[in-house]
Amino acid sequence: MSTTSTAFAKARAEGRATLVGYLPAGFPDVEGSIAALKVMVEAGCDVIEIGLPYSDPVMDGPIIQAAAQQALDAGVRTADVLRVVEAVAATGTPTLVMTYWNPVERYGVERFAKDLASAGGAGLITPDLTPDFAPEWIAAADERDLDKVFLVAPSSTDERIALTTAASRGFVYATGIMGVTGTTQATAAGVAPLIARTKATTDLPVGVGVGVSSGAQAADLAAHADGVIVGSAFVRTLLDHAGDRAAGLAALRDLTAELAGGVRA
Amino acid sequence: MSKYDADARGWFGGTGAFGGRFMPEALIAALDELDVAWQDAMADPAFTGEFERLLTDYAGVPSMLYDATRLSEHAGARILLKREDLNHTGAHKIRNVLGQALLTQRMGKTRVIAETGAGQHGVASATAAAYLGLDCTVYMGEVDTERQALNVARMQLLGAEVIPVRSGSRTLKDAINEALRDWVASVDETAYLFGTAAGPHPFPSLVLSFVRGIGDEARQQCLDQYGALPDAVAACVGGGSNAIGLFAGFVDDPEVAIYGFEAGGDGVDTGRHAATIFAGSIGVLHGARTFVLQDDDGQTVESHSISAGLDYPGVGPQHSALSAAGRATYLPVTDTEAMDAMALLARTEGIIPAIESAHAVAGALRVARDRPGQTILVNLSGRGDKDMGTAMDWFHLGEAGESK
Repeated sequence: MSTTSTAFAKARAEGRATLVGYLPAGFPDVEGSIAALKVMVEAGCDVIEIGLPYSDPVMDGPIIQAAAQQALDAGVRTADVLRVVEAVAATGTPTLVMTYWNPVERYGVERFAKDLASAGGAGLITPDLTPDFAPEWIAAADERDLDKVFLVAPSSTDERIALTTAASRGFVYATGIMGVTGTTQATAAGVAPLIARTKATTDLPVGVGVGVSSGAQAADLAAHADGVIVGSAFVRTLLDHAGDRAAGLAALRDLTAELAGGVRA
Repeated sequence: MSKYDADARGWFGGTGAFGGRFMPEALIAALDELDVAWQDAMADPAFTGEFERLLTDYAGVPSMLYDATRLSEHAGARILLKREDLNHTGAHKIRNVLGQALLTQRMGKTRVIAETGAGQHGVASATAAAYLGLDCTVYMGEVDTERQALNVARMQLLGAEVIPVRSGSRTLKDAINEALRDWVASVDETAYLFGTAAGPHPFPSLVLSFVRGIGDEARQQCLDQYGALPDAVAACVGGGSNAIGLFAGFVDDPEVAIYGFEAGGDGVDTGRHAATIFAGSIGVLHGARTFVLQDDDGQTVESHSISAGLDYPGVGPQHSALSAAGRATYLPVTDTEAMDAMALLARTEGIIPAIESAHAVAGALRVARDRPGQTILVNLSGRGDKDMGTAMDWFHLGEAGESK
């Protein structure tokens, strides 16, 4: 059984949506990202998504690009990402890695699955890998009992949504807007049809990400989706307090609490 | 159909080998729509006829196959030049953009976006957009907008908007990333005119279908003019559209040797190069599995070449497959060798080639040493006007009495 699905089920039992929080590993540095992610866990994130910084992140807008670039410039390695996973997963919160495909392919798909599982990671979210091009990952994930979180988008056909949810485990990631992270705001009216089309094909929980940044918006979306995924807003909070780490963590705690309130509204 | 073509899912060299489609789900519907529209268009004589008419009336195609006798004398082998440098806008790239822009029109879209490195694909895209009445936005790395300011001005004069890309290494690969980001958010009304035979399926095959005239014409011209096929063909390879266009005409002629020349930059052993197949490793970049310049963690490594058009850390997947199959040989040519060939062609034939194409000429001179007296057909993919700034610096030109 997926611990991620369990976290979604627990939130549902409490009559609320799940809050999923994202930060890239190694931002602002490796230890700093561990500290920040632990604050997000303490302040109310139910599931954690750790970004693996990549040189060519085509789904990310300027905010996450800047954070990932900072991490890469500081020399973050794939092994460091797994170390961050281990530290965060030790809190007992389901911890997934969000990664573009090439770093996994380069590390070795089976080796990555093995090391992710050993670190206590729950699975992978793969923004540029769709199930029809993922046979190696699907096999490796199934062998290690890992979550396979694939994305569906407003542009997806019903047929592709069915193909995607059939291959998914943990939850299904619904892209809230047609666009990249941290730019336009997703709206409940905009995303509801995609959530409905997705739910028609699966019992898996559906989380909405890309375009979610405030508590009010989280509340709005929580009425339709099982989970709300926030990334750029967390990153921006840390970028805004780049000179003062304690203040950054305090602001991160406040934002997490606001969003946690939103999914309970 | 050739056995070297992609299968229906975009794999070259067998399922999982090279190519494919590693892309965000948000773009899959657009890629599927493009695939269907393209196949439908290529089966429609009205479309292919209009494409041929544009190539002939507007772009000056077919380009001539030219017997470079003075260069041949120097090389010790017969060098034939496919004169793509004489096409409208000065390179083979006009073929690709006219095809893709016509397809855009047919699909009822009103806006095109493109990435560009040196600016040649950007200029070609802006040209086709102006000619066919489409809005055009070109993404160009900030570093490249500075070193190719003249091409920025050309695009602007043609009515395109040029957006400098400040992310990552601020070069071609980042311009592709930014164009993809635009496309995710604008896909309903926008077509992405991909500039080379790389990227996710169907782009490698689609681009090939529009540039393969280079090789098909060259093969027929060679037979008509000289009564035989060449012994070898050669082209420069960055992303690889001019090369795949040439090679497609000859892959099924096993007696014709095929050479691709990659940018060796300062020398492959210095690490400052763009010899992706020769010195890279298999990975996934910009939607396809192919050879990539990458580090141990799969992060893309910046490429280096004196030629902006070859300065790309990936390569079209079909080239990777041709290399793996042993059907084509890919070798590096350094900046110095390329610049020497540029000067040699200028002084023997009165033709100033693009520095990209000079890599092919330099490579052909090397092939000639192993094949004395044989016939080597070289794709002279572009002209060198855009490179005069680089040439002035390299050769210390521009001051009367001081050139060497």
